[in-house]
Amino acid sequence: MIYLFNGSLEGLLTAVFEWFERKPGEITLILEGNHQPDAFKTTLTIYNNREKADRVWNGLLKRLDKNWIRRIYCAYLSEIPAAFNHIFHFTCYIFQSKAGAEKNYGNPHVIAISKYAKSVEREKHRMEAFIRFEEAKDGTFYCGIDPDFNVLPLILKHFKDRYADQQWIIYDLNRNYGLFYNLKIVEHIFMNVSNKRNSSIPIDPKEKLYATLWKDYFKSTNIEARKNTKLHVQHVPKRYWRYLTEKQAELA
Amino acid sequence: MFDRIREKLTILADAAKYDVSCSSSGSNRKNDNKGLGNGHTSGICHTYTEDGRCVSLLKILLTNHCIFDCAYCVSRKSNDIERAAFTVDEVVQLTMNFYRRNYIEGLFLSSGIFKNADFTMERLLRVVKKLRIEEKYNGYIHLKTIPGASEELIREAGLYADRMSINLEMPTEAGLKLLAPEKSHIDVIKPLDFVNKQIIQYKDEKKLIKHIPKFVPAGQSTQMVIGATPETDKEIMYTADTFYKNFSLRRVYYSGYIPISNDTRMPILGTQPPLLRENRLYQTDWLMRFYGFNVREILNDENPHLDTDIDPKLSWALRNLHHFPVDINVAPYQMIMRIPGIGISSANKIVQARKFGRLRIDQLKKIGVAYNRAKHFIKCIDTPFQLNDYQAHQIKAFILAESASKYLKTATNQLLLF
Repeated sequence: MIYLFNGSLEGLLTAVFEWFERKPGEITLILEGNHQPDAFKTTLTIYNNREKADRVWNGLLKRLDKNWIRRIYCAYLSEIPAAFNHIFHFTCYIFQSKAGAEKNYGNPHVIAISKYAKSVEREKHRMEAFIRFEEAKDGTFYCGIDPDFNVLPLILKHFKDRYADQQWIIYDLNRNYGLFYNLKIVEHIFMNVSNKRNSSIPIDPKEKLYATLWKDYFKSTNIEARKNTKLHVQHVPKRYWRYLTEKQAELA
Repeated sequence: MFDRIREKLTILADAAKYDVSCSSSGSNRKNDNKGLGNGHTSGICHTYTEDGRCVSLLKILLTNHCIFDCAYCVSRKSNDIERAAFTVDEVVQLTMNFYRRNYIEGLFLSSGIFKNADFTMERLLRVVKKLRIEEKYNGYIHLKTIPGASEELIREAGLYADRMSINLEMPTEAGLKLLAPEKSHIDVIKPLDFVNKQIIQYKDEKKLIKHIPKFVPAGQSTQMVIGATPETDKEIMYTADTFYKNFSLRRVYYSGYIPISNDTRMPILGTQPPLLRENRLYQTDWLMRFYGFNVREILNDENPHLDTDIDPKLSWALRNLHHFPVDINVAPYQMIMRIPGIGISSANKIVQARKFGRLRIDQLKKIGVAYNRAKHFIKCIDTPFQLNDYQAHQIKAFILAESASKYLKTATNQLLLF
């Protein structure tokens, strides 16, 4: 049987509730948009239901420690259709087994959730490392990003704690929403930006000086005799180069 | 003005780059006063240079003027290079502005010795004090302890820095005497010991009184230059082991010597830095710190050097085949960690997963075990029955045949015919 849902976490959790209510046997959870009608299987469309989702979520909170709750959330943020299906089955598995079942790394769903969570955490960490702010004319520090996964909710706390005395904006150009810190709280914002990084924001002229200093530093801290391009690219994959101030030298 | 700073930054970053310590981990300093920055427990590498080393901290010297003439150092007195010195304010401004743009995780400040040790240490102290107090900067600071500086200055610096370090430079006293006759290991040991005792004291007091200021929360580290003098791997790692034990160091760094002068006591200019050897030493270091190996198991009088073609863990396993094969489903965690091809995270997963049923090969592969390597040393429920026992050299040949070292441009396992 096939369950269709709209891609929200609420929908996914509602699906778990519906499954336990009906116990229809083997099912696959599929995103509404991705569904191709199948002659041999029946489908059921899941409608979001806050109450049902909350019951499932609270049940998970009781059964899993916060690390595993975070793993599920990370796997969800990966936005990969296969990950949704794994979360669905993992959740059912947890509810059907004794306490501690999440440690069963022999189970394919347990392994899958850990792997998705790991990729998302890695992308989150890369964003914390590779974001480069540019100071705008009004003193706000701005950076536009397009991460592989939806990591803004995960990096919020890091940047809020760290840059507590400066206003900043981190904008996800792909998903078209961003975070704005106004020295008190972080707000979600929506802007009209063209898809080119940082192009629509008037940048402070002294920004160029610091960028130059940073590029100089990057060059002089390199040891020519140890050149190892393979390792360099392994650590900083080329798709991130467009963020990095120090890598713009070759382009400009 | 701007051009002058550019010039200084280039000179003083260039002189600081041979200090390989890059870590920004281990400090959990909070941004409590609504200032700038905080510590990140596992550290963040903000970029990587083209030689593949991480750039986490703004690593600079306050000055490269130096009264010493150590043969292995670029900034030695007799070397004819451009000299420069930052003012306290310049370092503070650079750090703050780089940090605000998320370029760096913090500051790594070192210095050549000008006038005397106390004078230099006092300057370093002024930089960190200004950052912490006036600028409300809570990011990471790695500060060099200047050997010979007074204990008062070192203690005060410890209240502002996250990590302090002093370099051993050469793994043995004899090696150091050869290249830097004015220096001695005891100059390093004394301040390392002093800071270590202070750290312990502050920790003890913290148990009694809640609001004790942090003192060097990310601990101390040191560095040894490898390949400038003819020490064996055994001597290097035994020294490292002693320093880990006596001064509870967080890290010992091994820095392959890069020829910088025509001094006849050292490798000539243009010699390749010993990258492979450096790699093997780090592997041994990890085995000592995280895998429960005693340094004497890996390096001893029969084996004073690490193998170059295989890693130290595999090499230990091949010398101790009587411990293998290990049954994955019953062996203790410590033994599973010692199997080549299984790391800490896989070992953890195996120990947790086997409570739910005995493990099969396909599950091990999914868990992340490097099965092609591990298969010679393990047993699980569907391990195929094998009639003959292979000898160590045969297993080594099997493993070498299917893996190629990243350090070799051409594989050596087969000679070219033409």
